[in-house]
Amino acid sequence: MDTVTLKMVTLVAEPVLEEKLTSKLLELGAKGFTVTDARGRGSRGIRASEVPGESVRIEVVVSAKVSDAILEHVKQAFFPNYAVIAWVTTVDVVRGEKYV
Amino acid sequence: MEILKANLLSPIALAFALGIFAKLIKSEFSLPKDLYTALSIFLLFALGLKGGVELGHATFDDVAWPVVVTLLLGVVTPLTTYFVLRVVGKFSVSDAAGIAAHYGSVSAVTYIAAMTFVKSQSAEPEGFMPTLLTLLESPGIHIALAIGAIKTAQPGQSLKAVLHEVLTARTMILLVGGLLVGLAMGEKNWGSIEGFFDTKGPVFKGALTLFLLEMGIVAGSRFGDLKKVGPFLLGFGVVMPVLHGALGVWLGSLAGLSLGGATVLGTMAASASYIAAPPAVRVTLPEANPTYYLTSSLAITFPFNILFGIPLYFRLSQALHGG
Repeated sequence: MDTVTLKMVTLVAEPVLEEKLTSKLLELGAKGFTVTDARGRGSRGIRASEVPGESVRIEVVVSAKVSDAILEHVKQAFFPNYAVIAWVTTVDVVRGEKYV
Repeated sequence: MEILKANLLSPIALAFALGIFAKLIKSEFSLPKDLYTALSIFLLFALGLKGGVELGHATFDDVAWPVVVTLLLGVVTPLTTYFVLRVVGKFSVSDAAGIAAHYGSVSAVTYIAAMTFVKSQSAEPEGFMPTLLTLLESPGIHIALAIGAIKTAQPGQSLKAVLHEVLTARTMILLVGGLLVGLAMGEKNWGSIEGFFDTKGPVFKGALTLFLLEMGIVAGSRFGDLKKVGPFLLGFGVVMPVLHGALGVWLGSLAGLSLGGATVLGTMAASASYIAAPPAVRVTLPEANPTYYLTSSLAITFPFNILFGIPLYFRLSQALHGG
């Protein structure tokens, strides 16, 4: 199978950020994304879950350049005051043209 | 004392206390989330429908002054909260504005409890009370968030998003939508669904009792945070609702509301939102500490109003109505 190597950015965030994050992803060049409910605990303890609702896990497959732009935006706009974590994995995807 | 006892022994206050107790002994018990949602939809929609039918009977003169004082309360309560927290409590702009957004808005559950209580005391409130509830719901949130956003120099774009969020929230759709549906269908059609939605009937009261059981659990789960918020906020969570409640009862009486109506308006002014306000504040004022606004509104003011505040506002209203 022909595959293309791209980046997958995963964000786990408190629920109030879902709309803000997903609209920004599209604005920065993502073609789509996947959102699932998530539970867990982090360095902010229960703070993340204080405002009711489950956390969201957002996954998006993009080019390396868009991946950097997403991380930079998340770092500046959300890391200081919100419960958000972000990481990047290198993935081999089929039908790579769908993502860039 | 009699009034307080009547309230504390009412099914909803006892169910609420049981919920708190269950949480304090670390019981796993809670209502399934979907049932909780379904109950809240039923209660709010029933209120809206009944309010709409009743609004059809009211004349402009009946409603005009109560509407004016309600809007006035919507403007005053967030401002008093904000300045008390800033000047006396020395809270940051974001924290003060965040808490003010909660205290400027209304807790629909507290409102329903007040309606049920005054009816049990044979002090039937005016039929258009749900209209006043919807009017008081959103100005407070917006005024407080606007202060916070302007003072911390954040872009105004998020205020528009907050406006959309508050106006399209479940509470608003069910209450305002219910009002319009009730108004349009009128008394004749109300008869066909009254058996199910009657806000004085057994179905409504039973649903409310179950709902308060869950609210006790939700409030009880925040009790652990009480020691984190400090003595000022503990006192604030009791004193502020009493001041706002007295103001609401007084203005309501001036506007010509009955004994029951003025009690309910006072309770609305005294209550603090904890459903519509928290997400709006989290998005608009990220620096505000959620522990402060959630704990004060949910673990202090809400139980205080349900157990002690409502009978107190009723007693005040009696005094102002020559009783």
